Amino acid sequence: MENCKDKLIPAGVIGVLLLLWEGAVRLFDIPLYVLPSPLAVVERMVAERSVLTAHSLVTVGEALGGIFISLVLAMALGMLMDAFSLIRRGLYPVLVVTQTVPMIVLAPILIIYMGFGLAPKILTVVLMCFFPIAVSFTDGMGQVDEEYVNLVRSFGAGRWKIYPLVKIPAAVPSLLSGLKVAATYSITGAVVGEWIGAQQGLGYYLIRVKNGYMLDKVFAAVVVIIFLSLCMNGFITLLGRIVLPYAGKQK
Amino acid sequence: MKLEITGLTFSYGTKSIISGLDFSLEEGEFVSILGPSGCGKSTVLKLLTGVLKADGGSVFLDGKEVKDRGACFAYMPQNDLLFPWKNILDNVCLYGRIHGQQEQMKAEAMARFPIFGLEGYEKAYPSALSGGMRQRAAFLRTSLMPASVMLLDEPFGALDVITRGQMQDWLLSMRESLNRTVLLVTHDMDEAIYLSDRILIMGQAPSSSVRQILVEEPQANRTRDWLYGQSSLRRQIYHEISRMGEAL
Repeated sequence: MENCKDKLIPAGVIGVLLLLWEGAVRLFDIPLYVLPSPLAVVERMVAERSVLTAHSLVTVGEALGGIFISLVLAMALGMLMDAFSLIRRGLYPVLVVTQTVPMIVLAPILIIYMGFGLAPKILTVVLMCFFPIAVSFTDGMGQVDEEYVNLVRSFGAGRWKIYPLVKIPAAVPSLLSGLKVAATYSITGAVVGEWIGAQQGLGYYLIRVKNGYMLDKVFAAVVVIIFLSLCMNGFITLLGRIVLPYAGKQK
Repeated sequence: MKLEITGLTFSYGTKSIISGLDFSLEEGEFVSILGPSGCGKSTVLKLLTGVLKADGGSVFLDGKEVKDRGACFAYMPQNDLLFPWKNILDNVCLYGRIHGQQEQMKAEAMARFPIFGLEGYEKAYPSALSGGMRQRAAFLRTSLMPASVMLLDEPFGALDVITRGQMQDWLLSMRESLNRTVLLVTHDMDEAIYLSDRILIMGQAPSSSVRQILVEEPQANRTRDWLYGQSSLRRQIYHEISRMGEAL
């Protein structure tokens, strides 16, 4: 019952806002190039569904590719940082600094280096997603109870066997929460990459329709981006339920 | 296997914890270490398992010096330390997983589940088990190690009084079938009297001397009622512990 209420309240708020929006657009007769009404956006989404789907697939592909590369890199670097404190002390601050560089500045530079293909878009996603994954994974491994490590050592496990036996599985819940943040960012990352220079993808679509003042299409694309980001987040939540079956059974 | 320890020394930073500790265990003997808190009882076990590195001293198993400590002893810590992400069967087969004998060990483990009172819980996760069951699972994991000397570090210390008592009864009944040399670290005087053949009382560094008290009653005759009657042994142990404290 509480759970049901938790979901109904935000849905109700969104519904009321949409109604106010729709009413205001009709009442004040606001032109389409200033603010399209929610119904107009929905109509446009239906009409443009094949174009939007085609562009979405490109964007999702870049996002998934970027997330996968981020995950592999972040886990490898996380383990190195955990195993060698020199690497951790040297790299951790550098990682934090890279996160402060605005992506909108980096993306065009990446295009200069790597051209207009998929590579700079995927790299933009990696630059946005790598950090939350690496930090959550490294912190997760750092918080493992030392007693567990001592136990497997006393059972004769060598230094590197500790990772698959204890540290990685123990860090999975923390890794998943980092991955959830990263997955939500990934679509936006791909769109930013496309925005700067591309021939396809939602970012490319967005900049084209924006330059034509077709605001209903801009809003339609934004709705698609929100939907895809939520899907990515939901996918990671689902993944968590599959790989952490024991978590749900806890008393 | 006979275990012999000579001149064991360890310091934590500049603080000397153990210095020149000597003691030995006969084949099949059950020995408890008692001592004031902070005397380094648990440290002795950590040094034996190689989790901590000793500053000096030697460890001999059947007269042969042990250099590489990994998996030489079957060690059981105070907390069960079962992996929450693995089911009980996979948890107890930890040694097999590390040493590439998982399948063989699983068969062996399955046969022991009833003896350890864990039948039907092979596929359960640790979170579904009671404290006593988890401790027995941890004990099963330790007993599946091929090492013939068991090191138990306050294995029942985290349990409530009733469960602890049941676990002590159970361990006493298991002794014969375990067929191991056991070194038990505990702060519970009654646990030491009830379970062991010999009690070592350890003093504090810098004079890590050991006094010993024999418990002569055969294991088969030991009951709770017998234990409640052992006030003279208790007095003797208490006396020794306070003398060790005074030596500081």
